[in-house]
Amino acid sequence: MESIKDKVAIVGMGSSKFGELWDKGVDDLIVDAATEAFEDAGMGPKDIQAAWFGTFETGYTAQILSSALQLQYLPITRVENACATGVEAIRNACYGLIAKAYDRVLVLGVEKMKDNGFGGLLAAPGTFHPVYGAQAIAVGRYAMAATRYFERYGLSREEGKKTIGMISVKSHYNGARNPKAHLQREVTLEEVLKAPMIAWPLGLYDCCGVSDGAAAAILCRTEDAKQFRKDYVTIKGVGLSVGPGWGKERSDFDYTHWPETEHAAAMAYADAGIKNPRKELDLAEVHDCFSIAELIAIESLGLCEKGHAKEDIEAGSFTLKGDMPVNPSGGLKSFGHPVGASGCREVMEVYKQLQGKAQKPERQLKNPKMGLVHNQGGHPGRFMAGVCVIGLP
Amino acid sequence: MAGIISYGAYVPFYRLSREEIGKAWGKRGGAGEKAVAGWDEDTITMGVEACHQCLKNQPSEEIDALTFATTTPPYAQKQSSSIIAAALNFRKDMQTMDVGHSVRGGTNALKAALDAVTSGSARRAVVVASDAPLPPPDSPRELDYGDGAAALVIGNTDVAVNVEGFYSLTSEFLDTWRLPTDRHSQEWEDRFIRDEGYLRILPQAVAGLLKKYNLTPKDLQKVVYNGPDERNHRTVAKKMGFDYKTLVQDPLISSVGYTGAASALMILVSALEEAKPGDRILFANYGDGADAFILKVTDHIENLRNKGGIKGPLGSKMMLSPYGKYLHFRDFMQWEIDRRPMPRTSLTHFFRESQQLFGLVGQRCKKCGHEQFPRQRVCMWCQTMFKTPEAYDDVPLANQKGNLFTFSMDERAPVPDLPNILCVVDLEGGARYYGLMTDRDPTKIQIGQKMEFTFRKINDAQGVHNYFWKVRPVRF
Repeated sequence: MESIKDKVAIVGMGSSKFGELWDKGVDDLIVDAATEAFEDAGMGPKDIQAAWFGTFETGYTAQILSSALQLQYLPITRVENACATGVEAIRNACYGLIAKAYDRVLVLGVEKMKDNGFGGLLAAPGTFHPVYGAQAIAVGRYAMAATRYFERYGLSREEGKKTIGMISVKSHYNGARNPKAHLQREVTLEEVLKAPMIAWPLGLYDCCGVSDGAAAAILCRTEDAKQFRKDYVTIKGVGLSVGPGWGKERSDFDYTHWPETEHAAAMAYADAGIKNPRKELDLAEVHDCFSIAELIAIESLGLCEKGHAKEDIEAGSFTLKGDMPVNPSGGLKSFGHPVGASGCREVMEVYKQLQGKAQKPERQLKNPKMGLVHNQGGHPGRFMAGVCVIGLP
Repeated sequence: MAGIISYGAYVPFYRLSREEIGKAWGKRGGAGEKAVAGWDEDTITMGVEACHQCLKNQPSEEIDALTFATTTPPYAQKQSSSIIAAALNFRKDMQTMDVGHSVRGGTNALKAALDAVTSGSARRAVVVASDAPLPPPDSPRELDYGDGAAALVIGNTDVAVNVEGFYSLTSEFLDTWRLPTDRHSQEWEDRFIRDEGYLRILPQAVAGLLKKYNLTPKDLQKVVYNGPDERNHRTVAKKMGFDYKTLVQDPLISSVGYTGAASALMILVSALEEAKPGDRILFANYGDGADAFILKVTDHIENLRNKGGIKGPLGSKMMLSPYGKYLHFRDFMQWEIDRRPMPRTSLTHFFRESQQLFGLVGQRCKKCGHEQFPRQRVCMWCQTMFKTPEAYDDVPLANQKGNLFTFSMDERAPVPDLPNILCVVDLEGGARYYGLMTDRDPTKIQIGQKMEFTFRKINDAQGVHNYFWKVRPVRF
């Protein structure tokens, strides 16, 4: 087994605006993201030889991408791995390039969420079962992890709510400085704590928005990257871990750590040669579909000791000015979570930060060299997790 | 001699006070309350509960028959007793039967079970009566009608209550009825159906029984019979020559309500809970005529003390308020259209997984010994790739209790009783349940709390009642 480190480069990225885009269909989202990515890379659709297309339930087959961009008879793979679709599409594209089957490829993730008539997904993730798991939705499943985390680490209900609430305050602050985010508004801890309950202990501001969006990347092998731009970035490591799925029914699973994330991170860190992620990484975009998801992801990624996120959160370690900025983009919290798009969109934040091109200067981190993307599908005890480390060459 | 060898009763957790009903309509509701089945309950699930109470510490291998009586079956066509038998993990080579259409069904079923055991066609037979009569909102009956169930095991060994006599009257008298298309029952003028129905026919049957066995009220220690409301129940005692205070068993109207086909058996269970060896009980059930029995309590009644009675479920309750929740529970209004996907079902799933979905039977790996649920081919603990399902032992989980490991309270779920509580429960045998909690006070849920299983309706989908198991805090 060889490390993927520095074999693949990202030479262009783009995204649509994220939000409730009533006037945009899935084709518009795809075209918006792809045109920006192609422009960024200085190439066009005719320059790519293959594509990976990630979507959860916006439609079936790769035809959706081909048709929207009028791609001419290319090999396109449709990727679906629930909320972890985006990073998974990129991971597969990397191996297509490393195998030298193709030289330049497009990766695009998209989800059109707001055509459903309600704020949510049409189909529950996972196999359809008439009663087992019926009426259990994502927020309720994640909320059980929050309840257990509070119990295990001795946080009172108030302390626990406050700890995860501060994560949302931080993410909203960052999102307010990101022109492509869905929610560009700061919130106070008081607002967060007083918000309507969605699934106790998670309130409205503990949950990400339901949004439309698309994000795209143009990849090539690193040796070819200079043809397209000077400030390309490279993939340092990738990991994907699909859990056995019965974790939530095994009495040895405690719901306060994400084993799939730990496995995926171990793979990516091994590729990248990372020994101390907290010190070696300069930023992390983590899968924060809910505030508790970010808290536990940080611990499972090794960015903070298990059970100690509270101290770091209170110290401001994960803010833009902290030593380990987490979700400088504003995260899923501010962008919403168009399922197939999120992983690609997270990669774009790291890409832009490494290039020093975060859209607003107040959001730009100082000389970051390496960042992490964490993308997660499923629910506690039954996850698919993708981790991707990206850095300067 | 065939008789009752065990009894059980079920009263739903939710109660609606008559004051609350009165408040909703700007009328005087009066004193007392009635039991209201949760939105996830129906006569099948309540029947399973009553049987569970009744079968505690009773081996089920000898049960050869199960008869279910109700006037409100969840399916107009599809046998309820077959579903109850599946939920109780009964043998398949047995007789199941539904008795419908009449509030007298409970005692019809009892007589049939006694006859079956007496004739030897069944070693033991379960009789379960469960009813949830649906009163029209803002009607006098709304104050009186309640929901509940009772079950008896009939056998000829270890008999706790011998049946010494039986008398029956049939009557075409039309007092209360319901057309196949009706949601609520109809009645003729109250004075007419009282004087020429209940107050005439029940005394006739009781008089016939006493005469047949040459008995007088002095030979009885207790009189048990049903009645549509408290006033008539009291009036008829006088007509029959019984002293209400000393002889007549409380009809549960002010605590449970009038529970249709389940009523007489529920009152009987509450009488047996307090009965002493040697007591002679007159037991009668009015409806389309009347059935009347002479019962004699034996020494075996002492073995049933503190098991399966009505006091337990009666004392464990939560008041349903405001009235609007009740409207939701019974789906009494036209609600806002929900744009979320409609629940679905899959009968092939139920076919393949009948044992675990109806019977809550988990499995124990023969290699590593771990109990687990749901059932699956490859052991979730030792990952052994077994070729055949025989690599596991069946583990019935419905009687296992467990500790609440974690939970969440969903305020947006498409269910009539929010919050919808998702939870994880570690069972005493080592398996873990991941699912829904019902019959709970959301303000009192604590990690570590003891939980027990209850058979419920998860939802109605595509014309099918989707039954499965939930947990609830141990009730009593």
